[in-house]
Amino acid sequence: MKCDIILCGVGGQGILSIAALLDMVALKEGLHIKQAEVHGMAQRGGAVQSHLRLADEPIHSDLIPRGKADLILSVEPMEALRYLGHMKADGALVSSASPFVNIPDYPKIEKVLQSLRRVGNHVLVDTRALAREAGHPRTENTVMLGAATPFLPLPPERLKEELARAFESKGQRVIDANEKAFDLGREASLSRVG
Amino acid sequence: MIKKPETAAEMLLGDEAIALGAIHAGISGAFAYPGTPSTEIFEFVERQKHPDIAARWSTNEKVAFEEALGMSYAGKRALVSMKHVGLNVAADAFVNSGITGVTGGLVLAVADDPGMHSSQNEQDSRYYAHFAMIPCIEPSDQQQAYDLVRQAFDISERLALPVMIRIVTRLAHSRAVVRTSAPRPQNPLKPSESRSWILLPSIARDGYRRLVEKQKEVKAALAEVQCCRRHGVEKGPLGIICTGIAWNYLKECFGEGEEMPPTLHVFGYPVCENELEELLASVDEVLLLEDGYPFLEDKLRGYPTRGRMKVHGRFDGTVPRTGELTPDIVLGALNRTGHETPPPSGPLAPRPPALCSGCPHADAFEAMKVALKPFGGGRVFADIGCYTLGALPPYEAIHSCVDMGASISMAIGAARAGLSPAVAVIGDSTFVHSGMTGLMDAILEDTPVTLVILDNSTVGMTGGQKTAASGPNLEKLVKGLGVPEEHVRIVNPISRERDTITRVLNEEFEHQGVSVVIAARICIQEIKRVNKAKKAKKAEEEAK
Repeated sequence: MKCDIILCGVGGQGILSIAALLDMVALKEGLHIKQAEVHGMAQRGGAVQSHLRLADEPIHSDLIPRGKADLILSVEPMEALRYLGHMKADGALVSSASPFVNIPDYPKIEKVLQSLRRVGNHVLVDTRALAREAGHPRTENTVMLGAATPFLPLPPERLKEELARAFESKGQRVIDANEKAFDLGREASLSRVG
Repeated sequence: MIKKPETAAEMLLGDEAIALGAIHAGISGAFAYPGTPSTEIFEFVERQKHPDIAARWSTNEKVAFEEALGMSYAGKRALVSMKHVGLNVAADAFVNSGITGVTGGLVLAVADDPGMHSSQNEQDSRYYAHFAMIPCIEPSDQQQAYDLVRQAFDISERLALPVMIRIVTRLAHSRAVVRTSAPRPQNPLKPSESRSWILLPSIARDGYRRLVEKQKEVKAALAEVQCCRRHGVEKGPLGIICTGIAWNYLKECFGEGEEMPPTLHVFGYPVCENELEELLASVDEVLLLEDGYPFLEDKLRGYPTRGRMKVHGRFDGTVPRTGELTPDIVLGALNRTGHETPPPSGPLAPRPPALCSGCPHADAFEAMKVALKPFGGGRVFADIGCYTLGALPPYEAIHSCVDMGASISMAIGAARAGLSPAVAVIGDSTFVHSGMTGLMDAILEDTPVTLVILDNSTVGMTGGQKTAASGPNLEKLVKGLGVPEEHVRIVNPISRERDTITRVLNEEFEHQGVSVVIAARICIQEIKRVNKAKKAKKAEEEAK
């Protein structure tokens, strides 16, 4: 088994938090993991990506070669577009459909979504609406984590447990919102992949 | 069936693996100045709050290196870490430390940034190790990073030489599971009794001779660690020499059971000549794969007339001459692409990093632009930090960024050339790192320069480390250096204060001498961090 994931989005959206959570669960599941991330200047509101590789045998490269990723998991639609070249022909694209506009020349969102819909195996999630429904606008990354679960080699219930642990220090309200966001994302994804 | 590892396993960044390796190797102190991608080495040590390991940020890399050297003099082991350009700052101490030698083990972990993800250049620290005749070890993965640090300390103490551990961004900032071994105790305090530490010419000559003679032992020690390993088939038309993490990319190219050409994986320098000769004897041509400069490749090429063998790599374009090595580049160099399907395209705009919403630097730049309008926009010499992003739209407020501290010194030079106003912009931490010495020149001459210190109370770009001087301390420091009180002005960089800041700047531009304007407001991310810590503490107390 191997699962190569490109995680992407905009600095500050919590891409590295998703990565850390996946790492933790994969570690407990006894999998081999490599996860390359971006720190420093690149994090200041710019495009951020992480290469996350899970396998049941040793992994060599920290980076995923182009055309080899099994999954593109993006918290922002235009950022998903940026990394499509990394995806396998039969890979899956799971992306937020809610644009994060912090640049003046952000393209027309409809055009972006149209391009994403051309990918054979895609799931687009209205993270902004679902995060609001979950009770916390900052849970968009958790919605995406839930939406990714049908494509991950990790048990969803383990991820949910780890989620609660990760937010332990922030109080029950934040834990509840994140658990709900996770469920909403998972449901949205399952309803689309059947 | 997946087996759980038998020893303790932790998920660590390459940076953290080095730190933990050093802790378990028995260091008594860690020394560093923040700089991507090296910052997390020191931060990991600091986070452990080990009662017997001294861990405090240093004011710059040279100071860090010298502090580490002092600890080594006292007989104890020290880890010093920095980014590649930090080694330029520490170079004086670093190069001489080969001549003094060390007492307690001293390991320098330096993180290079090929591809310049967060740097001004992509210089390769292996040249520094070569230059200083100090052994260099280049781990290829997180486990090796952990393991080799301890071996580096052993070599350092056995040969009485500092040892460099060189890593690159992709190892520094990539996580994997690391199996750890038992920690060993620290060294006792036992100050050196050798006079080799006094680099008077008469003593330094001996020290230098000793360093040259030691090179044989260095090679033997690296051979013991087997820093040059043969892989692949015995003979073939094309051989491959890969260094450090290039080995991972190479392995990625070959499937299970697929034959690999004769390959030498090098992760220690100076390189083992026997292994190298053996590989070269069994191939007709050789391909060099290095993440960084073509360091080994350059050595192999020799003079064109002497080259009996075709050497492929960064010089002949088989690998791009500049930039980070990637698995795709390695695949391309081996003509192994072809699995790729053209990706669906779509409308894509670049998303460069930007100043945060609410950043005090943004307000400072807005005010500076207004103040400089009468001077046709003027010229602003800036420095290293988040505020370098002031070069990008919508600000476009700075005109240079060269190295730590260059803002003030360049402004002095430009003022002497006749530029007026000569304006420099620097952050609080960069000012203490390397700006104070430049300012001293301006004070001695009363050079007409206006230095704007953006005091956001933190080292912002690298994630909010403690700054050496901020607020009242920074003001005292500037006045103490000798800037006249009336020309040390404090402003609050916030939009409602823009007119005041503009007025203050214009007054100081008119002053035909040195002025310092401190724009003091805490970093917006630092506020978030402080609030987060408070909340976490409160939640913890409530839980009790």
